[in-house]
Amino acid sequence: MKLRTSHYLIIAFLAAFTYFYSKDGLVATSVLYTAIQFALPLALAAMVGVMCERTGVVNIGIEGTMLISAFTAFFAGAILKNTVQGMLVGVFTGAMMGLLLALMAVNWKMDQIIAGVILNILAAGVTSFYYRQNYSIPSTLDPIDLPVVGAWPILGPVLSFHGPITYFGIFFILGLWFALYKTSWGLRSRAVGEHPSSADTAGVSVTRLRYLNVTAAGAVGGLAGSYLALEAVGIFERGFTAGKGFTALAIMIFGRWNPLGALAAALFFGLTQAVTNQLMIDEVVEIPPQFINMLPYILTIVVLAISAGKVRPPAAEGIPYEKEKS
Amino acid sequence: MDAKQGKKIDFSPILVPLLSILVALAFGGILIFIQGINPLAAYRVLFTTAFGSFDGIAITLAKATPLILSGLAVAICLRAGLFNIGAQGQLISGALASAWAGYTFVGLPALVHIPLALIFGAFFGALVALVAAVLKAYRGVHEVITTIMLNSIVIALSDYLTSNPFKEPDQPLTRTPKIQESARMPDLLGLPLGFFLAIGLSITLWWIMRNTTTGFSIETIGRNKNAGWYAGISVKKTIMLSMLIGGAVAGVAGAVETLSIIGRFEPAFNAGLGFDGITVALLGRANPLGVIPAAILIGGMRASGSTMQFEVGVAPELVDLLLALILFFVTAPLLAKFFKNRKENVAMTSGWSN
Repeated sequence: MKLRTSHYLIIAFLAAFTYFYSKDGLVATSVLYTAIQFALPLALAAMVGVMCERTGVVNIGIEGTMLISAFTAFFAGAILKNTVQGMLVGVFTGAMMGLLLALMAVNWKMDQIIAGVILNILAAGVTSFYYRQNYSIPSTLDPIDLPVVGAWPILGPVLSFHGPITYFGIFFILGLWFALYKTSWGLRSRAVGEHPSSADTAGVSVTRLRYLNVTAAGAVGGLAGSYLALEAVGIFERGFTAGKGFTALAIMIFGRWNPLGALAAALFFGLTQAVTNQLMIDEVVEIPPQFINMLPYILTIVVLAISAGKVRPPAAEGIPYEKEKS
Repeated sequence: MDAKQGKKIDFSPILVPLLSILVALAFGGILIFIQGINPLAAYRVLFTTAFGSFDGIAITLAKATPLILSGLAVAICLRAGLFNIGAQGQLISGALASAWAGYTFVGLPALVHIPLALIFGAFFGALVALVAAVLKAYRGVHEVITTIMLNSIVIALSDYLTSNPFKEPDQPLTRTPKIQESARMPDLLGLPLGFFLAIGLSITLWWIMRNTTTGFSIETIGRNKNAGWYAGISVKKTIMLSMLIGGAVAGVAGAVETLSIIGRFEPAFNAGLGFDGITVALLGRANPLGVIPAAILIGGMRASGSTMQFEVGVAPELVDLLLALILFFVTAPLLAKFFKNRKENVAMTSGWSN
């Protein structure tokens, strides 16, 4: 097997981890634990992009979908005094945002980039108009102590004690990979994203599949938003998705529109952030906090600049499908 | 888009935006009504404050000034098929640069100092856009992601600069020193000088787009990149040029706001001006002249939002919601379908691949 860049990265990562683990095991594992927490919302949000774009719909409204879902999830959770019900409301809101995008992009054949921007601006408008202070959810979603894995050395403290959305999210990503490459739904979806007229000739309804996938993707975005509000921090602030929905697009591209690739890319982003955070806590290097905040954005641009031209997006992406008139 | 097909004049470029504003206001009215407030009273306050008196109009036009410019920054790029969501970052960069030029240079006459500060603003606005332009033209990286990331980077960077090297000495606040009197833009006929500058730039760009080969190249690349390439127009050069013009104009927007209204740079004082530019540009149908009425309308709503809260108790964030609704209705083909001659929707921007 030929060694690729990713292999070198994995080897470098393992070497670095071994070194830091030998110096301070607790810190080394906690950095990896934090990396997963940083990575998860990005990975889930990237799945929204993967699901939409693989069927040929560009979704830059992920940010807005996450923002408004976090908003509804938080306030529904606070008003109903039930975090789980809040999460369901968040997922439902996300699905509605997906449906709206499908309506604009598939039905009305609007410019998909503008349709996505509308989702973002709509979400910003709604969440800032209806935002109220002094609400709180009863508790964040409880972390789960994994039975067997939790007792493992090294891996135990890294993998155990995450929240339910984290575990569900990881299984979802693995499942999406399987569904996309090993099931007829996946084959049809990819065909619609690459060559819709052929898929149509083969009897696949382009419109219906795009509607379905974009709406389902919206629900995933809703889950990512719910994660931020209900599992990660337990609060909601105006504009608190802070560009994660856009970073997710870069992660999707970096991961070559492949769920597993995007998961790896998200873990890379999460690890970078976790390491920088740790460096700041340890005061190893004196970095102004503004530069720490800048890191994911700079990383996004760098990653895009590197991977552009080397990766190929789905061919029919962004183009509304017109059935040929005979 | 604003082509006059056949003999009859097509009014839809004006009617569609007007109608979408009305429908958005109606929707917003329902939302106000749900809150138990009379929407007509709220709207009356909103519009009489903004347009009911000379003072009100002057404030509205002052608010509209940076919006005309940021709308222009988005519109020019849209003409070239580029979606410049980064007007916000370019604007902040321009605002900070002009503030620096405004307080650093001492002893210059106003006739030199003001243009110098404006040029600083334009240059640093364009500098931010340059990153996105180069990545788009030479690496094919989509401008939407890069400009959004650049927004966040510029915000963080400006925050760092104003709390460290550019900070006003011996003050607890994170802000730059006040600009020199010689850099302050004066009023003309009771209206901010910047307003006339913005109108002048709009007309100039409109003329350039209509009458020069540069404008023609931008339009052609925006409509069909391949056709433009076959015709011998350099796609790369056109992308660079339109992004740089957009960045410079957005930088001027920030500079004008700094030099005539704020008088220094303070983080978060320019918040949202660049994003409103997107709504302005789309409401003005990406036409350099169309952005003027669009910006005046939105400027008026922004100017009187707090009065509305004071008098009828509707949160000023209603304006954000109204703008989102306007944007939705103006771009959704729902309303346009009422008008005949409506062609199929043409994609204004492009997918990731180019």
